[in-house]
This record gives sequence, structure tokens and C-alpha cells, in this order.
Amino acid sequence: MILDGKAPTGPIETAWDRYRFETKLVNPANKRKYKILMVGTGLAGGAGAATLGELGYNVESFCYQDSPRRAHSIAAQGGINAAKNYPNDADSIRRLFYDTVKGGDFRSREADVWRLSQVSNNIIDQCVAQGVPFARDYAGYLDTRSFGGAQVSRTFYARGQTGQQLLLGAYSALSRQIKAGTVKMHTRREMLDLVVVDGVARGITVRNLVTGEVESHWGDAVCLATGGYINVFYLSTNAMGCSVTANWKAVKKGAYFANPCYTQIHPTCIPVAGEYQSKLTLMSESLRNDGRIWVPKKAGDKRPANEIPEDERDYYLETKYPAFGNLVPRDVASRNAKQMTDANRGVGASGLAVYLDYRDAIGRVGENTIKERYGNLFDMYEKITDDNAYKQPMRIYPAPHYCMGGLWVDYNLQSNVPGLFVLGEANFSVHGANRLGASALMQGLSDGYFVIPYTIGGYLQTVIPGEVKTDHPAFKESIAQVEEQSKKLLSINGKRTVLEFHRDLGKILWDNVGMARSKESLNKALQEIPQLREEFWKNVKVTGSGNELNQQLENAGRVADFLEFAEVLTLDALNREESCGGHFRVESQTAEGEAMRDDENFTYAAAWEYKGEGKAPELHKEPLKFENIHLAQRSYK
Amino acid sequence: MDLTLHVWRQKGPKDTGKLETYKVTGVDSDQSFLEMLDVLNEDLIKANKEPVVFDHDCREGICGMCSQVINGRPHGPHEETTVCQLHMRRFKDGDEIFVEPWRAKAFPIIKDLIVDRSALEKIMQAGGYVSCRTGGTPDANTHPIGKPIADYAMDAAECIGCGACVAGCPNSSAMLYTSAKVAQLAVQPQGKVEAKARVKNMTDAMQAEGFGNCTNHLECQASCPKGISVKFIAKLNREYLKTIAG
Repeated sequence: MILDGKAPTGPIETAWDRYRFETKLVNPANKRKYKILMVGTGLAGGAGAATLGELGYNVESFCYQDSPRRAHSIAAQGGINAAKNYPNDADSIRRLFYDTVKGGDFRSREADVWRLSQVSNNIIDQCVAQGVPFARDYAGYLDTRSFGGAQVSRTFYARGQTGQQLLLGAYSALSRQIKAGTVKMHTRREMLDLVVVDGVARGITVRNLVTGEVESHWGDAVCLATGGYINVFYLSTNAMGCSVTANWKAVKKGAYFANPCYTQIHPTCIPVAGEYQSKLTLMSESLRNDGRIWVPKKAGDKRPANEIPEDERDYYLETKYPAFGNLVPRDVASRNAKQMTDANRGVGASGLAVYLDYRDAIGRVGENTIKERYGNLFDMYEKITDDNAYKQPMRIYPAPHYCMGGLWVDYNLQSNVPGLFVLGEANFSVHGANRLGASALMQGLSDGYFVIPYTIGGYLQTVIPGEVKTDHPAFKESIAQVEEQSKKLLSINGKRTVLEFHRDLGKILWDNVGMARSKESLNKALQEIPQLREEFWKNVKVTGSGNELNQQLENAGRVADFLEFAEVLTLDALNREESCGGHFRVESQTAEGEAMRDDENFTYAAAWEYKGEGKAPELHKEPLKFENIHLAQRSYK
Repeated sequence: MDLTLHVWRQKGPKDTGKLETYKVTGVDSDQSFLEMLDVLNEDLIKANKEPVVFDHDCREGICGMCSQVINGRPHGPHEETTVCQLHMRRFKDGDEIFVEPWRAKAFPIIKDLIVDRSALEKIMQAGGYVSCRTGGTPDANTHPIGKPIADYAMDAAECIGCGACVAGCPNSSAMLYTSAKVAQLAVQPQGKVEAKARVKNMTDAMQAEGFGNCTNHLECQASCPKGISVKFIAKLNREYLKTIAG
């Protein structure tokens, strides 16, 4: 099937304005008759629930943590982009649009990216009004810094905790609506099913993580703001509870999963230290503003960094990409780090690391300035590694961080299932095959504050409020299905733990579907994943019962979904016989080893339809048109 | 290294609970405290025993989910560090370690090391915001805010809402938590408009939820993984007095 993204036609500069005028509205007095379910309370879900509640809708909000403030948006460090052009360095909405489409390696939908760039400025205004303490200069005006993939300084930040401050802003707006009674908050609930009646999304089924009770909730629309699936790699920078579960349950009820193979491996993370490691920690990309990345020129050079003389160091990004230097986009930086370690030029005990060096920056601006800019990141680095990065270079290595793929949505943020909307990282829409730094926060808040409040109205005014409620048999069936899965997981009583299966799955993916993918490695993964899944369902051990707080059971459900989803991710990577952004097929590269797209055959979004257990998913395509930006080989040289 | 753990086990809110002793061996100094507990849990599961449940999520010290009292100190012995960022290199071979949940009247225990912190939510809902609508806000640079004020607001805003300040306080006071938000908003022009109502409503909510009052023990600041200063409590008191003075 050819999918229609429903992007407005005509001049792109006015597309969103025309759309907002042409969309049918819900009368203010009628809004309170509609109930909207919002799953997830990160930047997209928190901002969305608050704004919809404020407009007068009845909103019910769900999160698996004990407070909406703990969603993983909180961990974003570096900043948020906006086209304010405060530094007077020739930024504009068009330039942010251009950088984002190019940065995404020409695999996103133009109209969606334009809209994002346009509302980016409103986001900064909104956050400042909420009291978000952005960094300021001595005159009291907002400060900005540079991020990868851009030659302007458009990234607003709050020390190294921008995600935290933006999320607390959204959380404050949400708290205000909870108090006002327009939003009802359900914490410690995990979504385990989407309820679909006659092809329309009508509600969700959740597990109360404290009592174990399985509950259903109806809504006139369901919004998923449930984040990304990068924990499929086991070790990643995501929180432990981040999973594909909500999205995957929606897929099993008919939603299409788009571009799952577009995964982002972030170049600046703290390297893996041992076999017990449970997660990886990101060091903000902002560090690349002042840090210089290098490895020894000579292979196998094990001398400490301070003993390697200047002329024996290879600042490979600066040499290879003089225009962008250390600020090349993430996919390019990660691939180059891998090339260095593959050539036995990595550093540290494992050899799986490169240096990020502040010596020259400290010499230039002084240690105090560096401390002011990145102090908390240096502290975090020291806590984890016991090394002082003011005295010796940091060791960094790429780690799974973000996914550009997600549920397929049209310009309305609506999936192919009517009534199911998807926001933030959970959808696939604006980042193409690679996301630029500081653009995730921008997208989350854009979708939540400024897009869904408009687009959902167009759908709701076609629905009779409360037409289907929890007395419909579909809700009972959904509860039975969820309870059945829990029972099954608890009854296996095998020999291996959930964590062991997750670790094994992560290894299969990292080795075969990681930074460099080949037909051979992908086929190998496609053999190993189903075997592991089969073993899981025969040999997993889940202790305790379903009627209590049971973290093993929670994790077992998440890993079970990852084991199904991983196969679709790998199939997508196999299908896409080109390299683009974070998806690198070794068969498709230029003479210099850069990613080589195949625009003739792959200028489309791949949306996968689930066809049942053991059956191959069906591929649907949305052709991508580039009418405002000329398709070109991405170059940062 | 080999360690002896005494871990608080409690089946549910009504169970009395007790410390159970476990031996863990071969602990790597690069492991985090939670990774050490992961290994203990793997062993318990394989021995057909119930693993220890504890709250955790980001494991990078920012979400505020993790909440354990280690050897009598919220988040353990290392200053300005959450449990998830506490590494085993801070301990030595043969150590005995006591692991308990946050203890406060306002934080009932749910199970083992997990407590119910929804009382903190109530304080925030009572007024921890600027009541601005989405949209219709002026350009972000309309009102310059001096760098010292912006920095002061940011120092307060670093609070991760974990509740260690409550767990560390002999009065189980949530003053530091409440004051951090009051101060962040009171010094900025956007937040000044509602400052009086905010400090009153948040303080009332704090008392209604069963948190104690501040008697200057300063344990909150010592327990805070983000090093939030007690100067914000002074600020809260000043703001509160202003509301009484009218």
C-alpha cells in the first residue's frame, strides 16, 4: 500500500498557517465532552496533556514511574534548538529546516520539518514564561551554543541539564492542570494493550504496577508519547524502564512501525567498563564545542595520553572534515570513532574508546570557564570513571542513544489507526535517518505544546464523545489477553533470568545490526533472534506473582516485546540496501567510506504491518518528495 | 571484594518488615551500587527466592527515582551522589552495608525499598508553577534577567525531587524541596506575580501531607545529591513572612 502523509500542498512557508485555518475546530463548550488518553509524561506527553487539559478537554495521563517528572526526557543534557537568530549569525526558520532535512540525510517529510522549525521559536518563549532558568549572558539575555550539524549557534541550554529544566517546565504546567482537575494522573501504570474497536482506537489496558491489577480505560482518542526503543540493544543511554512495549502493542493492533532501522549511536558516551554494566552514560554533545577528539597516529600505541607528543596525535575529525571539524553530526562522528578502533588505534584498557581532550580549551579560556560551561559533566565523568578530565582527556565511545524510527504518523500525528496519535520520539516523522543534537527536545515540546492541540481537533469533531466505553466486550477481551500473557510468563519457571535474555539480545543486535550492517550480519541476526525468542518462552524464569509489585514480570513483558520487535528492526535494515544517516550498510559507501544513499530506490519511509506470529511483516511505503531542498550527497567537509 | 548486606525486606505496606542478611562475593569496584544489587537479585532468582525491589530508572543521577538509605545516609556515603551513581570503589572488602528505604510518615513503604512519594506531587500541584497558558507568551528576550538571578534560579531548579532531604531530616521535613521551587520562581520576574499565593499554598500543602517543620539541622543539604543549599529555606521563610505582613 502507498501511504499518504497528508502534508498540505502549496508553498511550504505557509503550509502550517493554512492548515490551522482550514482544520475544523471543536467548539470550546464541546471540548469537555471529549476524553483523551495520553500515555507517557515526557516532553511530548507532559506538554501535550497539560495543553489539552488547559484547552478544556478531559485528559487522563499515564506513566510507569512514580511521578510524571521522571520521564527520560529529564536526562537530556545539551540543549534545545530554535531559529531565534539572537546571535545575529544568519539563522532563520529556513536554515533550521534545511539543516534538519540535510542532517536527517533526506529521509524525513519536508512539511513536518518546516512546521517544527517554525514553532521552535514559540517553544523558547513558552519555556521562559514558565520560569525555565536558561543560561543568560551578563546583560540578562539568553545565551546559545553550537551543536553538531549546524554552523550557527542556535542551541539554548540550562547548564548541562536542559532536558531536566524543560521537563520540569512541562511538569509544572501538568501539575497545574492536575490541580485544576482537567487532567487525571495515573502513575505507576504501564500500558500493555491498545483497545481497537472496528478499526478505531478506543482505549488502553494498563497494569497497575503496585497492585498488579489490570485496568482498562476508554478515550475518544489515544495519544502515545511513549519514547524510543533503543533499549533493544540492552546497553544504551536510555532509562532502565524505556521499552518498545506500548508501541509494539499498538503495532499488534494494526499500527504500522516506520523505519525501525534508523537508530542513533551517539558518539560521546562513557565507554563500557565491565560485564555487569547495566546502562551507558552519555556525555553531552555540547562537549564537542570545546573538546578535541583524537587517537594516536600509530596503531597499538598504549602510552598514556600526556606522553603522546602533538605530532603523534591524529585529530581525525578536524583533518577529515575541516568545515565542521569536531562538530560533524552524530552518525559521522560515531562511524569515524569505530573506524579508528577497528584499526587498533583505540585508547584505554579495552581499546574501545577515543580521546576527547580539553587541554587546548583550558589553555585558551582557562579552567574556570570550562568548569562553568561543563562542570556538571566533568563531575559526572569523574563519578563514573574516577578520572579527572581537567587533567587528562576523557575517554569516549559511541553508544545506542535514540531512535529516529517509530510509529508511522501522517501530518496530523495520527497513525494509520484512526484515533491513535503518536508524539515525540515514539513517532518517526521529523528526524529522517539521523537526528541532529538538541532537536529531540525541540520535537517533543513542538508535538506536545503546539501541534497535537491543533491536529487532534480535526479528528475529534468527527467522533461522537463517549461512543465506546469500557463496557464494550473489546475491553474485557483486552484485559483477558494481558492477564494471559502475565500468567504464561510466570508459569514457565525455566533456568535463565530475564536480564540474561535481554543481554543476549543486545549482543546480537550490537554485533550484527549496530554501526555497520551487512547483508551477511543482518541475515545472521535474523537467524539468531527467533532462536533466542523461542528459548525465552521455554526457559525464562520469572519469580513472584501477577497480583503484586513484581519488577521481574514487568521486565519480562518488555523483553518479550523486544524479542519480537528486534526482528522487524533487522528486516528493515536488510530491506534498506542503502546507507543513510544512522543506518550504514557496508555494501553502500563512497570511496572515502562515507554513507552512500540510493535515492532512486529508497526515497521512501518504510512502514511495517504486523501479520501475526511467525509471519513476515508486510512493507508499506510512503514516497518522500523533496520540493524545497535539492537532494544532495551530504557533505560536512 | 566480598560484602555483607543487610537489606530491608517488607512484603507490603502492612507487613512489619525486617533486615535480611545476604553475602555478595566478587564485587567489582567499577560496578554501581545498583549493579551490585542487580547481581544479588540474579542470585536470588536462581535460588528461587524473591529478588529485592527498589526504585530506579535513569541510572545517571537525574530522574530522582532511586531512593535508598545506605549505612544510615540517604543515597549513601559519597557526597552529592545518587545511589545509582554511587560506585563500589567507595567501599572496601569485608564491609557490612545496611540498605533501607526512605523513612518518613509522609512516605509509606510500598514494598522492600520502594516508598510512596505522592505527597511530594501534592506540594508541587499546590503552586509549583507560573500560571501561564500555552501560547500567547512574549518573545523570550523581552525581559532580561541578570545572570546572578538566572544562576540563583538554576541552583534552586537543580532539585531532582528524590526526597532524600525528607529522609535525612530528623523531622521528615520537606522544606528544602518546597523552598527550591519557591525560590526558583520568586526571584524571576515571571514568577513574582504569584509569589505570595505560591509560598502560602505550597507550605500549606506540605503541612497537610504530614511533613515536619524545619529546625535547622541542615541534614537536608547534607543528604541532597544535587547539593541544594539551605539558603533557599531562608528564602522560603522570607517569602512566607511577606505574605503574613500582607
